Order: sequence, then structure tokens, then C-alpha cells
Amino acid sequence: MTTTETPELPSPARTPRGPERARPGLPTPVPGLASALVWGAGQLINRQVGKAAFFFAFFAGTVLWEIVSGNYYAGMEFTPRSNGGFFVRGLWGLFTLGTQPREMTLTGLTEGDNSIVLMANGLIALLTLALLAIVWIWSVRDAARYRAALNGGGQTEASGAYFGRLWEGAFAYIALSPGLILLVFMSVLPVLFGILVAFTDYSRDNLPPKNLVGWVGLENFATIFTVPSWAATFGGILVWTLVWAVVATVTTYAAGLLIAVLLASKRVKFPRMWRSIYLLPWAVPAIVSALVFRSMFNGQFGPISQWLVDVGLTDERVYWFTDPTSPNLARGVALLVNLWLGFPFFMALVGGVLANIPDSYYEAARIDGAGPLQQFRYITVPIVQRTVTPLIILAFVHNFNNFGVIYFLTEGGPDNVDYRFAGSTDLLVTWLFKLTLDNRLYNIGAVMSLVIFVIVGSISVLNLNRTKAIREL
Amino acid sequence: MAATPANPELRPPVNPNRPRRRGGTVEGRQRLRDGATGVLVHLVLVIVAVIVIYPLMWVVGSSFGPGGGLANATPIPENATFDNYLHLFTQTNYGRWYLNSLYVATLNMIGSVTLSALCGWVFARIRFRGRKASMLGILILQMFPSFLTAIAVYMLFLNFGLLDSLTGLALVSIAATLPYNTWLMKGYTDNLPASLDEAAAIDGASRLTIFRKIILPLMRPMLTFVAITSFTMPWMDFILPRLLLQSSGKQTVALGLFQMITDQYSNDFTTFAAGAVALALPITILYIVLQRHLVTGAMAGAEKG
Repeated sequence: MTTTETPELPSPARTPRGPERARPGLPTPVPGLASALVWGAGQLINRQVGKAAFFFAFFAGTVLWEIVSGNYYAGMEFTPRSNGGFFVRGLWGLFTLGTQPREMTLTGLTEGDNSIVLMANGLIALLTLALLAIVWIWSVRDAARYRAALNGGGQTEASGAYFGRLWEGAFAYIALSPGLILLVFMSVLPVLFGILVAFTDYSRDNLPPKNLVGWVGLENFATIFTVPSWAATFGGILVWTLVWAVVATVTTYAAGLLIAVLLASKRVKFPRMWRSIYLLPWAVPAIVSALVFRSMFNGQFGPISQWLVDVGLTDERVYWFTDPTSPNLARGVALLVNLWLGFPFFMALVGGVLANIPDSYYEAARIDGAGPLQQFRYITVPIVQRTVTPLIILAFVHNFNNFGVIYFLTEGGPDNVDYRFAGSTDLLVTWLFKLTLDNRLYNIGAVMSLVIFVIVGSISVLNLNRTKAIREL
Repeated sequence: MAATPANPELRPPVNPNRPRRRGGTVEGRQRLRDGATGVLVHLVLVIVAVIVIYPLMWVVGSSFGPGGGLANATPIPENATFDNYLHLFTQTNYGRWYLNSLYVATLNMIGSVTLSALCGWVFARIRFRGRKASMLGILILQMFPSFLTAIAVYMLFLNFGLLDSLTGLALVSIAATLPYNTWLMKGYTDNLPASLDEAAAIDGASRLTIFRKIILPLMRPMLTFVAITSFTMPWMDFILPRLLLQSSGKQTVALGLFQMITDQYSNDFTTFAAGAVALALPITILYIVLQRHLVTGAMAGAEKG
């Protein structure tokens, strides 16, 4: 695709006839407009045949693809559904989500439109068009800019030289392409798809290919925020999720800090041994520990209930996670279990920071008459805080979405009659999971995904503004 | 913003023998009080240790217990036996699940390390058009919690008939963590001296050679971090496999364990305990041995956003 052009190739620079040959009098927008209509036409006007062929190839390829993948014959009535190719039918599907439901006819079940497949294909077509649009803009800008440079007295550049330059710079794109392709199909496409589903009626009552899915605008958002039973569930779960995230983060951090400070004390014998023991909850996979705790706190057979009865503290077994009359008991126990799971990570982090605080700080404080508590309050805590703050925010986000602990420990229980498809300890995430997988309310689930994304996203943005990541961009 | 720069050298997080806060007086009463505090401190440490260890001992003990039900699970079984482990690997699909998890984990590790190292290095070292835009895009993608994409992926796979594939699961897992891992790798490469690349480039090394021979060896600590996290993730992950895998022959260990404990709750607890120990043991050892890498890596990740 590099050198197709003969006359200009040998001397791209400083040819006196160059500007002449490229018709200097032409106003700048003309080649740009020409390229906007037929890709590459502007380059042709600029006498850059190679470039023109390059851009035209994209144009021709797009049109050809559409024609070959569709059913285009002359003299036939055209409908996008039956005649459209990859792009036309794709966009038609994205806009209408199908028009022909599956029907029972004399010849059997007809093949109706599968709205979700149509939507996904339409998205792929749209993404492809977006990529092509970049090439289109590139061609228009290139044509106009090159002409502007010529009119301003610049030198001509052969297409070959241009593509040579481009190839040099293309290494980054080639190296990135495997990761990029994976991300586009496994992350970007699903994310866009998920956003679209939030505006449809895709749910268990309306499953393709049996039924057609349609666009419903903001109806799902209205459902969650205004229908009383949904709004109550959402509000209740949101409040508990925030409480959970704050308390879980604060308790694990505080406990981790205290233990780390204790272990750093000179009085402690065998600090390494203690530290290794305390790291165990972090090293053991959380799913295993949570399931073990779930068994220990099992109301009917679990050892803790049994022990309480044996010791005589309670008269009957305590149903920790299944007693609908005491949701706060389940919540409290879940927080305690999370403390067990979460403190070692902060302990390890803070331990690392403590090791790097110079002793001279403490000595100076002692000379000034500060007691141990004051030293802790005014030296240890501020220094630790500064280093660990980004991780505290990350931990907050993690706890906000802490699917593992809640789902494995309580499965959202105990039941809550006021909630729709949720229990008293359900977080937004576990509720979302139940809505999608167990209840197949895909549209409501998609709305929840967006809500969670907005909350988590804004926290992350706040956090990012503090870090150097953005500035280093 | 953070006090310690992302240090490429991993340093030991705790020096246990570091002298600190010596009790300044030599008075007898003071010494007595110090002694009392010491006892108190150790009392706290012992209590915490018991709380930490008891649940783990309980499940390990149960896995050797002769019983079967949850009610007679004890931390120290009287007639210890390996029956539960035998039962686990012969009577249940556990072995199959283990191999499935191993397959996904290996694929995830290789894919994640290769792709994120390559992408991170390109972002750190090469200036190209669209670099800022794509990095910002990656940053935004990274904020999107992975299970949200997972649910959309589930709906897509469901309609295209792609569910129930272990390779598909691995690909989704790689994509889910790629943005974050790329940021980690980029941040790490940023801190490597550029003079090394330049010297090699002057000597005529191609860009890929520089990457393979110079950058990759220097990135070892971060490669290790990404390798461990991406290898252990599929063993513990629940949402993605639960959404994307269906048939019983295609489950991963985490799914299988969860089913064991919900299906046959109280009558086959010891088999579950054996399965839990078989899953937890290798990962726990790996984490304890490589803890320094893991903690430093997490720090670097937070600093980079």
C-alpha cells in the first residue's frame, strides 16, 4: 500500500514544478469536501494517487461489504430487514430491535427476529462504522491540510514518503492491537450492550426469540425510583451498602493499624511468628473462609449456636443469618466476619510503612515530652494515613462491591418481606446478581449496573484527581 | 501524593528487630508497669491469634473427621481419617473441577502477563497519536466493576450460544483485568531508566528486542505480581464462572464448593471441608511465600490509581 505513484516518487522535496502540478490556486476546503463525498477524491485533486487509492479502498470496501452481505438486486422492493447488508440491517436491527415475532404457521414455527442478537449485531456494525468514521475524518483532514500547506508555499510530499512515515509510527498500534481487540469485544461491547439493555423491556416476561424486545426509554429508571416497592428496596439497600462500606473499611483499617503498631512494639516476643499467623485470613481464599464462617454460624447445626446453648448464654439456638426478626444481628455478624477477613491486609501495609518511619521522629517527640499515645496520635497516624489513603479508598470501593462476603456468608438473608428479590444483608451488587441470574430481570439489572457504575465511578474520579495517574497521562 | 514513591526495589516491609520507643526510665515501678503492659500486649496477641486460627483449625479438623454432618464437625477429630479426601476425588467431580480451574488459571496468567506487559510498556515508552485518549479510555473501563461487564457478557453469550466454554471464561477474565494490569505495568515501566533503552537503540537493537532483553527482565517484580494475582483469581472467582459456565463437567472449584455447601448442607459437610482445604492450601502457601510481592504490588496499584 506504500508506493503506487510514479512521477513524484524520486524527488519528493524541492521540485520547482511541484506546487504547479498540484494546482496551487485551489481554495483549501475543496479537496476536503471532495474527500468527504468520495473518500480519497481530495487526495486525487491534490495529485497524491497513492493516498487516494488507500482511502478509496476503505470506501469501496465498506460499500462492497454491505452489498455482498445483503440481498441487493435491481428492481426489487427494498426493506432493511430482508435486503440490508451488514451495516444497513445492523443499524435497522439496533433501531427497531426486530419487527417479526416468532409465529406458528401452517409450515411450522417461523423464524422470528431475535431482538438481542439484532441489538448486538447492530452494535458491532455501529462500532465498525465508528472506526471507519475515523478513517473518513482522517482522509478529509489530510486532504484539506495538505492543500493548505501547499497554498502556504509548503513542499509536496509523495504518498510513499507519507506512508513510510506512518509505518514508523505504527509500531505502537500493532503492539497494542491484540489487547485492544480483546478489550473491544470483551469489555467495550458488553458495556455498551449493558447500557442499551437498561432502556429496553428485556426480562423474563419478554424473552427472545419467543418475544420481541422493544425500546422503552426511561421506563426502567422510573420503575426503580418511583414505584414504591422498588424504590423502598433500592433505598434500603443503598443505605445499608453505604453503611457496610464505611464500617467495613474503617474497622478493618483501624484493627490493622492497631495490630501493626502492637507488633512493631519492642516488647513483643517473636513478632514474625505473630505476623505470619495474622496474615492467614488474607492468604486463605475469601470464598473458603466465608463458606467456613457460614457453616460455623449455621443456625441449626453450627458450632457457635451449639456452644452458646451449651454454655447457657442463650436458651435456644441463634439463627444468625436466617432470622427475619433480627436483620441487624446478621448485619453485625457479617461485619465481624469481614473484619476477620480484612484486617491482615491493612496490617501488612501499615507494617511496611511503620518500618520506614525514622526513629529520630519519636526521639524528638520524647525529648519534647510526648507520651506514647501522643506519639501515636501525632506521628504514627499521620504518616501512615498519607501513604495508605489511596488504598483506603480502594478498599472502600472494594467493600461497596463486596460480593464475596455477603453472598457466600448470608446469600443476602435473612428474608425481608418489604424488599423485592432481596434480603436484609443484600448489597447493591448481590441484589443485582439475583435480579439478573435468579430472576432474569435483565432490564432492571442493567439499570442497577449503571447506578453502581455512577457511584463507584465518581468515587474513583475523586480519588484519581488526587493521584498522579491523571497528571502523568 | 503518597509519601513513598513506587519503589522498584521490593523492600522487606517489617524489620522486627528495629529499636523503637524504648521506655526511657530505669525506675523499678516503671519497669513493673512495662512488664504488666508486656503481659497485656501478649494477652491481646494470643486472643487475636485464637480468633484467627480457630475457624481454620475447625475446617481442617473437620476435613479429617470421620463424621459427615456439620453437627459433629470438630477442630480436633478423635479418629482422624483421609476418607473425606478419598471420597472427594473419587465420588465427586472435584478432580474435574480442579483441572478446569487449573486450565482457566494458566490461560489467564499467560494472557494477562503477556498482554499487560506489552501494552504497559508501549504506553510508558512510545509516544503515539491517540495515546492519551486510549489511556483515559482504559482508566474509565477499569472503573467499571468487572462483574457489570460480566452480566452483559452473560446476556451476549446466552443469545449467541457461547456459554459453557472454559476458554471463553479465560478470555473474559483476561479482558476484565487487563485495564488495571496495564496501568500497573505502565506505572512500573515509567520508573525504569530510559537511558537503558536509548543505549540499546544506539547499538541497533530493534524495539521488540529492547522489550524482550532489557525491559522484561527489569519488570520481573511486577510480572510476578500480575502472574500471581491472575493465576489465583480464577480459583476464587465466583461471579464470572457462575454466569458463564453451566454444565456440571465444566464447573470450577469455587462453583463446585459453593454447590456442595448449599445442596447437601448438613449431611456432607466433611467432604466440603476436604474440598475447601484442597483449594485453600496451595493458594495460602503461595500467598504467604510471596506476600512481599503482593503487598508492594497492591501499593503500586493504589498509587497509580
